[in-house]
Amino acid sequence: MSTLEIIDLHASVGDTRILHGVNLAVSSGEVHAVMGPNGAGKSTLSAVVMGKPGYEVTAGSILFDGREILGLPTWQRATAGLHLVMQYPTEVPGVLLKDVLSEALKGRGGDGDLGRLDTLLRTEATRINFEERFLDRPLNVDLSGGEKKRNETLQLSILKPTIAILDELDSGLDVDALRDCARRVMDATREEGLGALVITHYSRLLEELKPSRVHILVKGRIVETGGPELADVLERDGYEAFKRD
Amino acid sequence: MPVLTPDTARSPSSTWPQVREAALARATALPFPTADEEIWRYSRIAELDLASFRPVASVTSISGVTDPVRVTHVPASATSVDASLAGLFESTHGNDLFGELNLVHMDVIVVSVARNVVASEPVVITHTIDDGGAMCFPRLVIDAAENSEVTVVERFVSSDDVRSLVVPVLDARTAQAARVRYLGINELGTGSWLIGQHQSVGQRDSDTLLATVALGGDYARVSTSARLEGQGSNTRQVALYFAGGTQMHDFRTLQEHAAPRTTSDLLFKGAVQESAKSVYTGLIKIHKNAKGSAAFQTNRNLTLSQGAWAESVPNLEIETNDVKCSHASTVGPIDEDQLFYLESRGVNPDVAQRLVVLGFFDEVLAQLPVGDLAAPLRRQVAAKLSIGIAS
Repeated sequence: MSTLEIIDLHASVGDTRILHGVNLAVSSGEVHAVMGPNGAGKSTLSAVVMGKPGYEVTAGSILFDGREILGLPTWQRATAGLHLVMQYPTEVPGVLLKDVLSEALKGRGGDGDLGRLDTLLRTEATRINFEERFLDRPLNVDLSGGEKKRNETLQLSILKPTIAILDELDSGLDVDALRDCARRVMDATREEGLGALVITHYSRLLEELKPSRVHILVKGRIVETGGPELADVLERDGYEAFKRD
Repeated sequence: MPVLTPDTARSPSSTWPQVREAALARATALPFPTADEEIWRYSRIAELDLASFRPVASVTSISGVTDPVRVTHVPASATSVDASLAGLFESTHGNDLFGELNLVHMDVIVVSVARNVVASEPVVITHTIDDGGAMCFPRLVIDAAENSEVTVVERFVSSDDVRSLVVPVLDARTAQAARVRYLGINELGTGSWLIGQHQSVGQRDSDTLLATVALGGDYARVSTSARLEGQGSNTRQVALYFAGGTQMHDFRTLQEHAAPRTTSDLLFKGAVQESAKSVYTGLIKIHKNAKGSAAFQTNRNLTLSQGAWAESVPNLEIETNDVKCSHASTVGPIDEDQLFYLESRGVNPDVAQRLVVLGFFDEVLAQLPVGDLAAPLRRQVAAKLSIGIAS
C-alpha cells in the first residue's frame, strides 16, 4: 500500500507564485482526477511532485509512503515508485527506449524484468496497439502525438510504479489512442494496485479512466473535491462556477 | 613568431621537380598565417613553430585493397612518378601555406577505381607517427572514374608522448555518376598537431561523402571543402568531434555549388569537456549558375563542463534566388528537459547524461560510410566521456 500526500504545497516559477496551498492524497488502487482550466497550476503540480528543475517549493511538503521527498532528486523519486506521464514527452535524439528502460530497471534493482525486457516490451506494445517498429526509435523522435502517449503508457506498464501522475494524457491524441492508453492505466490500477493522479482539462478522459475522487484546481488551490459526479457538473457548467476568489 | 625558412620546407630528397619546386617557391613566398585572418580566427596557429619539426615519412599501412581497386604509394623520397599519376598534379595548387607544404613534402597514396567498377571493401589506410619532432605530409588522392564506387578510411595514430605535426591533404575526385565515401579518423595522441585539408570535386550526378571523426590531437584542424562542379551532383559532409583536457578541435567547412541542381548537406556535431575548445565556421557558397540547388548545414555543440568553450559561425553567400538553403547552429549544455525526462524514469543523472551525449553523436555515427566502425568509435567516445567517472 502506497500513498502520495501533498500537504499545503506552495510553489513558484521565478517570481510567479503558482500553487497556493494544495492538499491532496492518493493511495494504491485509487484514481483521482485533478481538473482545472488553463493556468490553474496543473502542470506545475505534476512538475513539482517529480522535482523538475526550475520550480521552487516555498512551503508545504510531499510525503511518499510517509517519507518527505522534496529533498530527493528526481531519479530517486522515480525509483521509489513515483512516475510522471508527461503532457509533452521530450524528444531525446539517439537514445533508445530500450536503453532507457534497462537503465531505469537497473536503478530499481529490477534484474528479473531486465532479462525479460524485450519480451515485456513486445507484449505491452501489443496490448496498447503501439507498433513494434517504434520500439527501436530514439525516444519520442518522429512520433505522432498519439504514439508519444502510447510510448509514455508503455513505459508506465514496464516500470510498474506504485503511484503515477498523468499530466494531460488526453492532450494531442486521437480517440483510439486515448482509449488504449486510458484502459491500460485503468487495468494497472485494478491488476497491480497502481494509484493514479489524473490531471486533465476535459472530462472526456474520465469516461475511460474512471476516478473515485475529482478535485478542481483553480488559481493554484483545490476549490472543490467530490465524487465522479463533480466531473459531470463541470462538463455542464464549465469552470466559471468554480472561479470564485 | 615562427618563421618559415627554405631549410625547414625542403624535404631530404625532394624531387618531383616541377610540382614540388613550384610548391616550394609558392610556400616560401607566403607569409605565416596569423589569427588576425578570418580563416585562422580563434585558432592556435600562433603557437606553432614549424622550425621545431623535421619532415619524416609516417609509417603507413594499407589494407582492404581488393582486385579492381588500384592503390599506388609514392613515398616522399620518390624521384619520379608514373606519367599517368603525374597528370593528377598538373594544375594542383595548395591554396594556403600548409597545402603548399604538403605538395613540397607529400607522401602520396592514390586510390583509383576504373569506370563502372564498384569496390566491395573499404580501403583502410593507417598512418602511424611514432617519431618525436616529426612532421609528416600524407596526401591521399581518391580518383573515382565514371560510375565507379569506392570507400576509403584513413586513420591517424600516435601516442600521447609523441610531439608531432601532421599536415594531411585529401583530394577526392568524383567523376560523373561516381560514388566516393571517405572517413578520416583522428586518433592522435595529445602531443600531436594536425592541420589538414579535405577537398572534393564532384562531377555530374556524382555523390561524395566526406566524414571525419576527431577524438585526438592537441590542436587538430580540418578544412573541408566540397565543390559541386557537375550538375545534379551531391555531397554530404559529416563530423563527430569530441575534445577533452586542453585539446582544441577546429573545423572550417565550405559547400560550394558551381552547377545547377546540386545538393549539399552538412552535419557537424561536437562536444567539449574539461577546458577543451572547439571552433566551427562554415560557409555555403552558391554561384549564380547553380539554380535549383539545395544546401543544408547543421552544427551542434555540447559544452559538457564549465571551463569548456565552443564557437560556431555559419555563413551564407548566395548569388541566385532559385535555391533552398538552411543553416542551424547551436552551442550549449546538455538539454535540461532531456535529462529530466530520463531521470523521471529513474535513470541516475550520470547515466542519463552519458546516454544523452552518446545519443547526440549517434546521429553522426549512423551516417559513417563504414557501419562496422560505428560501434568501436562509440566505445571510444564513451571511454573518453568523463561524466560519471570523474565525479
